[in-house]
Amino acid sequence: MRAFIAVVLAAAAVAGQAFAVDPPSCAVPDNLLFVDNTLNKVTTAVGKQHQLAISVFGTGSSTLAGAEGPSLAYPARLEAALNQRLSKVTVRVTSRTKNGLTADGMRRTIKDMLLDDRPNLVIWQTGTVDAIRRVELDEFRAALEDGVETLQAAGTDVMLMNMQYSPRTESMISVGPYVDEMRAVAQQRDIPLFDRFAIMRYWSDEGAFDFYAAGKDNGLARRVHDCLGRAIGALVIEDGHLQPFVNKATQ
Amino acid sequence: MHAPVVTTGRDLRLDLFRGIALWLIFLDHIPSNVVSWITIRNYGFSDATEIFIFISGYTAAFVYGRAMRERGFVVSGARILRRAWQIYVAHIFLFAIYMAEISYVATSFDNPLYAEEMNILDFLKQPDMTIVQALLLKFKPVNMDILPLYIILLLLFPPILWLLQRWPTLALGASFALYVLAWQFGWNLPAYPDGTWYFNPFAWQLLFVFGAWCAIGGAKRLAPILQSPVTMAIAILYLGFAFVIALSWHLPEQTSIVPHWLEDLIYPIDKTNLDVLRFAHFLALAVLTVRFVPRTWPMLNAWILYPAILCGQHSLEIFCLGVFLAFAGHFALVEISGAFWMQVVISLSGIVAMIATAALVTWYKELEGRSPGSRSKPPDADLAGGEA
Repeated sequence: MRAFIAVVLAAAAVAGQAFAVDPPSCAVPDNLLFVDNTLNKVTTAVGKQHQLAISVFGTGSSTLAGAEGPSLAYPARLEAALNQRLSKVTVRVTSRTKNGLTADGMRRTIKDMLLDDRPNLVIWQTGTVDAIRRVELDEFRAALEDGVETLQAAGTDVMLMNMQYSPRTESMISVGPYVDEMRAVAQQRDIPLFDRFAIMRYWSDEGAFDFYAAGKDNGLARRVHDCLGRAIGALVIEDGHLQPFVNKATQ
Repeated sequence: MHAPVVTTGRDLRLDLFRGIALWLIFLDHIPSNVVSWITIRNYGFSDATEIFIFISGYTAAFVYGRAMRERGFVVSGARILRRAWQIYVAHIFLFAIYMAEISYVATSFDNPLYAEEMNILDFLKQPDMTIVQALLLKFKPVNMDILPLYIILLLLFPPILWLLQRWPTLALGASFALYVLAWQFGWNLPAYPDGTWYFNPFAWQLLFVFGAWCAIGGAKRLAPILQSPVTMAIAILYLGFAFVIALSWHLPEQTSIVPHWLEDLIYPIDKTNLDVLRFAHFLALAVLTVRFVPRTWPMLNAWILYPAILCGQHSLEIFCLGVFLAFAGHFALVEISGAFWMQVVISLSGIVAMIATAALVTWYKELEGRSPGSRSKPPDADLAGGEA
């Protein structure tokens, strides 16, 4: 049992590297991050080609505003984190984000994205727009299942990512049922779910971040995205069983 | 004329459990509230909504059923529609408060991390669309779905009640048939901006009509079944099963305690369409309640239960207040502090405010009811005064 042993991601990722922002303590307990899934395509790509292509398929919360926003958002931070932790592997993370799309709207554009990127792993971030527009749960679930099927049929691994924890809008946006639905789909399809909602909530409860803060605090958004990128990196390494390959390669 | 089918005098259990349901709904409506861990939704399939709708159906039949027998279809029908109108007005009032809150938050909260949430919430700030859609009951903000359901149920209640009084079994059968058809063909009412009603009226009417059927003599007919030890055993086993499943939602590592085939069988547990598992869970709870809390339970007159009974007797006022207090409470948690003690304070003071308001409403009704020249009212006027 890996009960509540915190993984201090910060230490692993920043080792030996001077990094602009001070790494906050955004450790994530194992039980929030890992559910014993496997990412076979990732394992193969890293083991055989020493390459890993990841596509982040998301909406507005997968990027940050401003000219340098994309380079500070979690997809870019994930790329940096994985390249640091996986020596001799070239990791490329492409970010495909479009504002305001529901899961069903995204599902329709999956094919275009796949043709362009040919990823080994697709991280599908969705649910926020559905929750705000109160899309019917059945439809949401059907869109997720169909999208996951399409992705898997195209030969990529899939990881789902749910909404941000947003305490200020909790009384206006009911994300709970959509979180549950995504968890159920991930469980039934045996694919990993990056539970961004639970993880950010954990950070909030632990006092790592103050998500209640109002005002234009770009620093907060950057730090959160950096932590998200590293946590996703840890999940990719765990479920892709990547550490052993790296160890062998360095021996 | 046949003898009254329902016993006269108020069944305080209805008020008690509706009052408790109102408290639980309030606690569940405050997001990220530690205190909501005590509410029943965490220990099984159904939640306070089922209790509220069932008791509302029961009391509606109790109150308006007598009016229909004594004063006819038109008078009682008119009273039911007036009640629906009151609830509609209350709903729109809550909507105004909601819009005020959302406009404030969307304008003042400028955190780049949540740019997406804020951008999409902007659609709510288009009054030309949202207000019209709210008036049509198509746009229903979070936590404001129960009243529109209640309005629809009351609008359709006069003919249902008429049928229930003549052929109760037929009425219940028709209700069940509608439930089955709604499941079969996916019937629901459209909502704005997407999807359908969160509480599907075609499905949830079953619970309301079942409550009404129980009030009109069904409960007596069920008594032999309710008292049987076999029923009791089944109810306890089912509640235990639901408890284990509910446990698995809260302990991520233990999800493996539920085998895959069982997951495929029971999920999704559909709240929108009143999943059979939820309905059965409510029935099991009701079986235990009826068994262990008899109508003559002495505690019903004890001071400690009086606050809950008081709230249950003025359900519309207290329900609306609860929705508002949940908004306000969340606002305080965000603006002042979201600490553990604060959540407890907000929860407790909300319930105290609900009790105080219920007492105030009782006082007002007494003022009106006792004034000279007022129409004569039956002894349980408070209940008949529209708390259906």
